[in-house]
Amino acid sequence: MPKEMKVGCARPTGGPVGEAVSEEKTQQQTVQEEVKHMIQVGKKAPDFVAPAYHKGSFVNVQLSEYLGKWVLLCFYPGDFTFV
Amino acid sequence: MSIDSVFVHKMWNDNELSKMVKGGVPFPMLSDGGGRVGKIFGIYDEDAGVETRGRFIIDPDGIVQGFEVLTPPVGRNVNESIRQVQAFQHVRKTKGAEATPSGWRPGKKTLKPGPDLVGNVWKKWKTEMAFD
Repeated sequence: MPKEMKVGCARPTGGPVGEAVSEEKTQQQTVQEEVKHMIQVGKKAPDFVAPAYHKGSFVNVQLSEYLGKWVLLCFYPGDFTFV
Repeated sequence: MSIDSVFVHKMWNDNELSKMVKGGVPFPMLSDGGGRVGKIFGIYDEDAGVETRGRFIIDPDGIVQGFEVLTPPVGRNVNESIRQVQAFQHVRKTKGAEATPSGWRPGKKTLKPGPDLVGNVWKKWKTEMAFD
């Protein structure tokens, strides 16, 4: 499902999907937006894209591509630690 | 998902994890440089610049059914995550007609919420059932 991507020397990054990024935002507006995005059970998970390593390939993963499946999304402090 | 780049993920998988799990990690190892995704999920530690041990169960409709967040020194209980997914799957299969009480795992008794159950849980469910 995830699409393979071309990887150059730059480190690829992802981010939230569907959120307009404005350069003119004040810090306060940014804080308000983050509060608005806090996770609640029973509510939609915010969509995002993220580059990933999967079975020998570099791919781009979008959460919404997994609609119809159960997803266990795990964050951890860093590679080479336990999970 | 961690703040490490996909290149570091590759090194970790190919040089260490593949020695622990045959064939390496079977699922995508996501990279979140800058913690932008971690921030919207509320698990990014700004001071340390890393993501904490957040774990989210997302159902087929994209709804968050549960989450758990731990500080870095304590690891997760994988069996508990699997048990919770099984419980949510069971509830979904019964379209909410059945609920899974404390300590439920597949094969154990479920409860059918409704007027008849009010005040009568003690007849159907015993405290020992909360434990394995």
